[in-house]
Amino acid sequence: MTTITGIAAIGAGLAAVGAGIGIGLIGGNAMQAIARQPEVTGDIRTNMIIMAALVEGAAIIAMILSFLMN
Amino acid sequence: MVKKSRIFIFLISLLIPIVLIANPEATAAEGKIEKSDISKEIVEHIMNHVADANEYHILTLGEKHVTLPLPCILFNKSTHQFSFMLSSAFHHNEKIEGYKLNEETGRVVDAQTGNRDSFIDFSITKNVFHMILGFLILALVFISIKKRYTTHKNKAPKGLQGFIEPIIVFLTDEIFQPILGKNYEKFMPYLLSVFFFILINNLLGLIPFFPGGANASGNIAFTFVLAFCSFILININGTKTYWRHIFAMPGVPWPVLLMITPIEILGIFLKPIVLMLRLFGNITGGHIAVLSIVSLIFIMGENGIKLGGAIAGGAMALPLLLFVSAIELLVAFLQAFVFTLLSSIFISMALEEHHQEEHH
Repeated sequence: MTTITGIAAIGAGLAAVGAGIGIGLIGGNAMQAIARQPEVTGDIRTNMIIMAALVEGAAIIAMILSFLMN
Repeated sequence: MVKKSRIFIFLISLLIPIVLIANPEATAAEGKIEKSDISKEIVEHIMNHVADANEYHILTLGEKHVTLPLPCILFNKSTHQFSFMLSSAFHHNEKIEGYKLNEETGRVVDAQTGNRDSFIDFSITKNVFHMILGFLILALVFISIKKRYTTHKNKAPKGLQGFIEPIIVFLTDEIFQPILGKNYEKFMPYLLSVFFFILINNLLGLIPFFPGGANASGNIAFTFVLAFCSFILININGTKTYWRHIFAMPGVPWPVLLMITPIEILGIFLKPIVLMLRLFGNITGGHIAVLSIVSLIFIMGENGIKLGGAIAGGAMALPLLLFVSAIELLVAFLQAFVFTLLSSIFISMALEEHHQEEHH
């Protein structure tokens, strides 16, 4: 039981690392794109949120699985 | 390439000590790290908060619990009978019609077995109460705004109207019009209702005391129903092109179709499922994070034994709590926005008409 809990905790942490890298890349590249073309800031922001939400989805699923294992 | 492999090695090296620490046999043998009672109690408390309850616990004064009694509507599966009672009738471990209230979790359970398998719970629970409250607030706000629009036509918005109108204009300009195209007005009632309903429930959930504090929008049933509504709306608006792309992608040879079609069919269901899980996970995660940080005070003070630890814990918890609460406020808006945004994107994908000769 505790072994499973421990592994689940590692899984949740790893998911957070993955999502962090993913969202960081999205955010960083969006900032770069906005700096290059400030006139399309609105479009870039909307797309950035969509992509961040999609990346986050994977992390959230991992988190929920780790809850279920708990 | 060198950079990437370095990051990989760094991540792996991070893993090694974690695996060692997480190995329970090793730590138990040394007897160094043992889960104390207080941290177990805290985990239980947090999990009870995140789950639903049949009574609304407001505060505890000494030994006395102040709760808001909520109506319980229970349907027994074996006798096929409904039982109606108030949750306050259960106090002092009383058993009514074979049910009792679990004092710790605040849930009605079978008096004999102690679990919830033998009946169906239709009660107005904490989350349902919370949801109805949110609904009433929304109704009040929007009816008063509507009145102002009819009595003060073509005047500058004022008060509450001045708060809501920019949000609706923003959503229309940023999401509905560019994504849904010319028929966007048809979907606005649903999408705006969903947006404001999620938003009000998220915000009410952030209030730490009585009229809020329930984890309504972080309940899987709540998000399931919203995602199910989106699922129906997406699929009843599906055009011929949409269905054709699912069952027989044009321009794809049939052996490949055998592989693609199951994935596409799975995709119909996967979209609302991810929609459901995203909202659930975000809000539940937020509630757990806030409560864990508050628990720092109790963990470091060892439940009131060490005053210095409690003060240190409080000093740590306060700025962290402020930070996490600010993030949660942002998340409350963002998740409502993301749910609406993704719903409208999925609807627009279903609406897509066949515009050119396909080249896939």
